[in-house]
Amino acid sequence: MNVGLFIPCYIDQFYPNAAIATLNLLSRLGITVKYPVNQTCCGQPMANSGFEHLTQGCNDLFIDNFSEFDYIVSPSGSCVLHIKDHLHSAAAEDKASGIRKKVYELTEFLTDVLKVDKLSARFPHKVGVHQSCHGQRGLMLAQMTELVDAPFSKPLHLLKMVEGLELVELSRPDECCGFGGTFCVAEEAVSVKMGKDRVADHINHGAEYITAADMSCLMHMEGILRRQNSNVKVLHIAEILNAQ
Amino acid sequence: MSSGTKDHAALSDIFNKDEARVDWHDETLWFVRAKRDKAAHNIPEWESLREAASQIKNNVLSNLHNYLIEFEEQAQKNGVTVHWAADAAEHNQIVHSILKEHGVNRLIKSKSMLTEECHLNEYLKQNEIEVIDTDLGERIVQLAQEPPSHIVLPCIHKKKEEIGELFHEHLGTPEGMADPVFLTAAAREHLRETFLTRKAAITGVNFAVAETGEFVVCTNEGNADMGAHLADVHIACMGIEKIIPKRKNLGVFLRLLTRSATGQPITTYSSHFKKPRPGQQMHLVLVDNGRTTQLSRPDFRNSLKCIRCAACMNTCPVYRRSGGHSYHTAVAGPIGSILAPNLDMKEYSDLPFASTLCGSCSNVCPVKINIHEQLYKWRQVIVKEGYADPTKKLAMKAMEFTLSSPFVYKNAGKVGRWFMKHAPFTVNNKLNLWYQHREMPEVPKESFEEWYKKNKKND
Amino acid sequence: MTSRAQILAKVLKNQPDTRPLPADLLTVFPAADPVQAFATVLTTIGGNFVEVSDYQAIQKYVLEHFGGQRIVSTLPELVAVSEQGWEHQDPHSYANVDLAVISAHFGVAENAALWITEDLMHQRAVPFICQQLAVVLSKKEIVQTMHDAYLKIGTADYGFGSFIAGPSKTADIEQSLVLGAHGPKGMTVFVMD
Repeated sequence: MNVGLFIPCYIDQFYPNAAIATLNLLSRLGITVKYPVNQTCCGQPMANSGFEHLTQGCNDLFIDNFSEFDYIVSPSGSCVLHIKDHLHSAAAEDKASGIRKKVYELTEFLTDVLKVDKLSARFPHKVGVHQSCHGQRGLMLAQMTELVDAPFSKPLHLLKMVEGLELVELSRPDECCGFGGTFCVAEEAVSVKMGKDRVADHINHGAEYITAADMSCLMHMEGILRRQNSNVKVLHIAEILNAQ
Repeated sequence: MSSGTKDHAALSDIFNKDEARVDWHDETLWFVRAKRDKAAHNIPEWESLREAASQIKNNVLSNLHNYLIEFEEQAQKNGVTVHWAADAAEHNQIVHSILKEHGVNRLIKSKSMLTEECHLNEYLKQNEIEVIDTDLGERIVQLAQEPPSHIVLPCIHKKKEEIGELFHEHLGTPEGMADPVFLTAAAREHLRETFLTRKAAITGVNFAVAETGEFVVCTNEGNADMGAHLADVHIACMGIEKIIPKRKNLGVFLRLLTRSATGQPITTYSSHFKKPRPGQQMHLVLVDNGRTTQLSRPDFRNSLKCIRCAACMNTCPVYRRSGGHSYHTAVAGPIGSILAPNLDMKEYSDLPFASTLCGSCSNVCPVKINIHEQLYKWRQVIVKEGYADPTKKLAMKAMEFTLSSPFVYKNAGKVGRWFMKHAPFTVNNKLNLWYQHREMPEVPKESFEEWYKKNKKND
Repeated sequence: MTSRAQILAKVLKNQPDTRPLPADLLTVFPAADPVQAFATVLTTIGGNFVEVSDYQAIQKYVLEHFGGQRIVSTLPELVAVSEQGWEHQDPHSYANVDLAVISAHFGVAENAALWITEDLMHQRAVPFICQQLAVVLSKKEIVQTMHDAYLKIGTADYGFGSFIAGPSKTADIEQSLVLGAHGPKGMTVFVMD
């Protein structure tokens, strides 16, 4: 199995530990992972701002970097969703459509492709899970509270394999944190308020850590937690699944 | 209704100055969302109901021409006078001419978002005709000289103390009295007198049945019925998309509408108006006002399936924290943000951006409108049509240049992390919108790529 | 070109290719005891469920609760306790009716709605303008869901009909539920075999 590691630009720049944990976790599960060093960004910040027509450069680069792999795995649901929904190329549409089918967010890759049923990880802490919207509602990593359907959650399924980890229940299990890409500055007031409310739900239920399958939501919530001088920390789910 | 030059972000900024009020607004609407969830989860076949409703509405849009003709023919057979209005101005003129014909200069109106969209009240006021809104929430915002902030709960932004003050001023209730039971009783007395003295009543329309020519109006208060059954002239105003093919389709929609809206199993009154009562005149105004244009847009025509339940507003984390008035349009919230740009792309170019694209709106929608996907698509259209903010345009060009080239990106990254300058947040200063209320991410000593090259590349 | 012609032409030009209507939905999960389900929902939405053996019991109930007040009824069985000859007055004159007793074609278990057409109201305004509404319903006439309700209505002709579920209500002031917005402040359903 030939797996390409897709590390979104902001993780590369600000959260290398999440990327390292993803790589090490996959390696420990016996997967050979390659990181194409010429990758930059999937183009989502531009596309979500209405500038999808400027993303062809990003798309072409993505196709060059990733079309050879059997699977493409990334620790960011939002970026994966962008690729799944919007990666196109007039010049190489067959390659683009191939990539759209084989790109996976990390927890869905672990659950659906590797069918992981046990992990040797230990994390003796109280953890709140933030269901990032693009992962949850876009990639359907977990059942959504709005729908009348059987519950499931790929991130929770994996976290339950971690020794010592105690999950905290939230009052609003899948409310958006308010990051929203450029929304976080374009609509600063609402974005910050949403973030504060989301963080408060975790804190009120005793979380020591907030985790998610999407680092961007965590970056936003971390910014708020640190401004509040809170002891609560954010950690990408890969770092917990890989914790010893 | 115009907000001047302020866009959604600026209006939300004002709304967020009072954080306790934002919390109250958010909790109040979350309570409604929770009631909706409970009602939906009580119906095991909920998702198949939504699917059926969606398919019926798809069928309506694909056959609207014939359904409109069929509806008109049946309604006329039933003794209803049918009018057609191409736009808001014509709608208002038609209503005005009916009133003039009957010498009516005072009338009552139950809830109709269409008449809000057409600004009928202002128009009639200019023509010296008094309109009294009879839905309690609408009456309250009318007394406050404000537009509704929510299509189902028009005064959800107002606290009971503020309503108490309004009633004290206008209805003479005791000062400081803010008990909802008392205030509702006062409004009942005040409006009962109005019901008994007005010769014309306007109502909205929830559903109009092509097969039979009847139309259905849903209220909890009974105000549409009180108005229509006492008046000599009943004028019902509807957008052309409110048509449904058959009477039996109402079974699907009436099961969904109120459960989605307020969590009730059905509204108190679901009234089927088919023929005028003896001696009464019944008029029906069919309004286009941009709907046929929206029908021509394959990416957006789905928005015409909307049954105005407001579930998307109640669930929207942005709406709950910005308030309905921040949308500066008659229909606020996610659905309003995909309807309004069709009416005026420049005026409402901000609305499709007033969302995190979280997708909760699409999940609660009883007719399965892909609201968040349409928000994304409107953004592309608005930018292409040239309504994007010029500074944003420049930033995006810089991003495109940097991100399409690994060489530029890596070097930019190395020089003090390119992202610190160009990502949504820039350096720590007062102009930095990220930093106002959030700390910047701590900059690690090396990027992942640098680590990878050192540690893994030659594995 | 009239607006009618213009709108219809635009609709015809812009409407998408034909999409079929879905198959009719039927009740999937019937309540084990529809009468009980109806009673539970009615109570939840502020209504009053009263089981009676016959019209005499209704008369007794009405006299006990509304004796001395203005009572109108469409039911010949209740002539002894209600006003006579009220049916043909101006609808405004019913503003001071304290209790109206009418009957329903049927009730719906899932939402406690009662289907009542104009012929059962005598005057359309009556069930809305009265202070209290009472409706007589046969136990046999409780269907499961709205799908069954419309199967039952079928192609029936009427000038006006309404599903009425409980008393008039509003929650417009801070989501506080208040009964008796404009219409009846209370609703009693008399259920008979």
